[in-house]
Amino acid sequence: MADAPKNKPTGKKEDDIPTTGHSWDGIEEYDNPMPRWWVWIFLITVVWSVGYWIAYPAWPGIQSATSGLLGYSSRANVATEIAEFETRNDVWFAQLTETDLDEIREDPELHRFAVNAGASVFAAQCSQCHGAGGAGVQAAGYPNLLNDAWLWGGTMDDIVTTVTWGIRNEDYPEARWSEMPAFGVDGLLDEDEIDEIVHYVLRMSGQDHDEALADAGAEGYEWNCASCHGDAGEGDYFVGAPALNNQIWFYGGSEDDIRHSIYYSRFGVMPGFETRLREAEIRAVAAYVHQLGGGQ
Amino acid sequence: MWDYIKLIVLGVIAIVAAIAANYARDLAYLVHAIIIFLTASGLFLWQIRRIGEPAPVHNPNEYMDGVVRAGVIATAFWGVIGFLAGVFIAAQLTWPQLNFEWAQGYLNFGRLRPLHTSAVIFAFGGNALIATAFYVVQRTSAARLWGGNLAWFVFWGYQLFIVMAATGYVLGSTQGNEYAEPEWLPDLWLTIVWVAFLLVFMGTIINRREPHIYVANWFYMAFIVTVAMLHIVNNVSIPVSVWGSKSVPVWSGVQSAMIQWWYGHNAVGFFLTAGFLGMMYYFIPKQAERPVYSYKLSIVHFWALIFLYIWAGPHHLHYTALPDWAQTLGMTFSIMLWMPSWGGMINGLMTLSGAWDKLRTDPVIRMMVVAVGFYGMATFEGPMMSIKTVNALSHYTDWTVGHVHSAALGWNGMITFGALYYLVPKLWQREGLYSLRLVSWHFWLATLGIVLYAASMWVTGIMEGLMWREVDAQGFLVNSFADTVAAKFPMYVVRTLGGLMFLTGAIIMCYNLWKTVTSTAERKPAPAAAVAAE
Repeated sequence: MADAPKNKPTGKKEDDIPTTGHSWDGIEEYDNPMPRWWVWIFLITVVWSVGYWIAYPAWPGIQSATSGLLGYSSRANVATEIAEFETRNDVWFAQLTETDLDEIREDPELHRFAVNAGASVFAAQCSQCHGAGGAGVQAAGYPNLLNDAWLWGGTMDDIVTTVTWGIRNEDYPEARWSEMPAFGVDGLLDEDEIDEIVHYVLRMSGQDHDEALADAGAEGYEWNCASCHGDAGEGDYFVGAPALNNQIWFYGGSEDDIRHSIYYSRFGVMPGFETRLREAEIRAVAAYVHQLGGGQ
Repeated sequence: MWDYIKLIVLGVIAIVAAIAANYARDLAYLVHAIIIFLTASGLFLWQIRRIGEPAPVHNPNEYMDGVVRAGVIATAFWGVIGFLAGVFIAAQLTWPQLNFEWAQGYLNFGRLRPLHTSAVIFAFGGNALIATAFYVVQRTSAARLWGGNLAWFVFWGYQLFIVMAATGYVLGSTQGNEYAEPEWLPDLWLTIVWVAFLLVFMGTIINRREPHIYVANWFYMAFIVTVAMLHIVNNVSIPVSVWGSKSVPVWSGVQSAMIQWWYGHNAVGFFLTAGFLGMMYYFIPKQAERPVYSYKLSIVHFWALIFLYIWAGPHHLHYTALPDWAQTLGMTFSIMLWMPSWGGMINGLMTLSGAWDKLRTDPVIRMMVVAVGFYGMATFEGPMMSIKTVNALSHYTDWTVGHVHSAALGWNGMITFGALYYLVPKLWQREGLYSLRLVSWHFWLATLGIVLYAASMWVTGIMEGLMWREVDAQGFLVNSFADTVAAKFPMYVVRTLGGLMFLTGAIIMCYNLWKTVTSTAERKPAPAAAVAAE
């Protein structure tokens, strides 16, 4: 199982460098000195470290640690840096809070600041659902903010309300609220009735449909859907009911998608930012969203 | 007598495991209980059939190589599994659609990521370390492994740990601590196996017939002892129920984070550095047939490395809740660690001086040299990244991922491949490797794969670091996180390709080693004797 006897060095030693005299499985060791540059760099890093310990917080005691000659503190540094920007922006934030919402865009300089600040708030707080560019996630219930199709309205006031309190969340009683019935699950409509309404909505949105079924669906639509979505499918901001007479869909517009929406209903939720953002930041992000394309 | 004790123990374990499976509160625990039950009852039957058979008598002058052979096979096997998992999760990051809807909760990125890291570090690296430690300690001590079949217990016990860890990850049983994900049950088992490993290793050292302990064994010993300490302290936790996999850690808050990274960094330091330096100190002089460059250097860099490494963990927690003083110590000790780490590289490379011509003719040596080169690069990059101002840019970015992989693929991977190419002909008594040409193919695929991997991660890492911190004149963030993800796509494709090349190289190696064992000429049996030097 084993190799040849181990006591003969296998190394070809053609030089006179002394070895330590041991041999393990044929391996010998030269008695070379450590490279000078290696020793020096090692010592330099040690000296540098000692210097660093003197200058910065380093060694712990029982109650506290040495604080270092420079008085460095990473937390204090962050606080200083934040405070610096805060003071610089304070005037702007104050102005943003005081100005009437619809007058923000009248003041080009203030508007530019608001959009800039709003873009950063949007990147940090909103882009996770609405997308980095605000285009939402199509057919997945994350609304596109670039067009003029709004669920709860697209005026500055509407957007500020939506951002402040959110939609259908448990955190704020002020949150926007409405609930579409699950017509299929709750047995409000049978399969045939749902089918008819599906084709009625398909016709309303200008898609391929079965004419006879659509005709039959008119009555069902009027009784069950029109109170929120409107007689002509124009939608209603007051209850967050999307328009059905166009090609813009939050949860997909195919026959199957519409059937799914009617059968199971939909219940999109958005958090409120009342406690997470300052008023000025909410106003800023509203100004940013408002100018994306669909502001009213 | 001993046989009956074994039977009783196995029987009790099987019964307890069956009871545990019955009361199991979660799927991972149930699967683990069943695995233990099957293993224990299988061993029980195997034992009962052998009862009364005379125990085979081993020549104490003969090396125990069966367990090393098994370790070599396990290393190659887990290596391919780990690299495959890595390529797949790299592809998942590139094309998220690969997180299939039907496999949610089992094969999504979050479940497979710890599977990949544990498979490569602990399954591939761990088996390589155990196998080479067993091989090297016997040769350099001129003694047979101590403890008889205890070495086999270490081997199979370790495989059982790997299977329990892997099934746990996929089924969602995790402590959530990086590189320490397995829950309390696999952790306890690993502790037992590791103590057995320590006993076998130390027993062999004590039985040695050489007057001195060879440098490789210092490193292996440091690795085994320190990993035991790290594993136990970081995994102190209280099971919620003995019938469930979940446990609650004893450490909390910033103390927990500090202990985790004390563990995590020294898993790198003692598992992936010290242990593999042990490998390097044996296989490079053997393959090069040259004496080690400097005995003095090996002593000084060994003790400096061991003393300094254990302090460096806090550099994983710069700019967090960790107090400034701890961050300072973590950073300065990392800087001081630079030269002690390079001592190993110098000794490895300088051992080859006078044998540089072998680089042209021997692809195995080439692999080992590249391994030492990547080791040197990574141990320079590491201290650099621990500097707070550099870390402010690099932390949480792909740069860290690139750093880890240039070290893991370049250093740990390549030195292990070199060791396997050395070991297989020796262990199976072959004249030589089946094909040096295939070793060359493996070498180039792996090297270029690492270069693609590391370079693409440097680019994305620095890019996303700069994008994250970019603020405009008024202090507002410029980019959203999604912007940085989108910007990284092309480099993620390159990274996946690099990983695929590395995997391909490893598969070529497996084929080559297989053919070496099955279709090369047998070496004439050498006189089997473990003879001490004078």
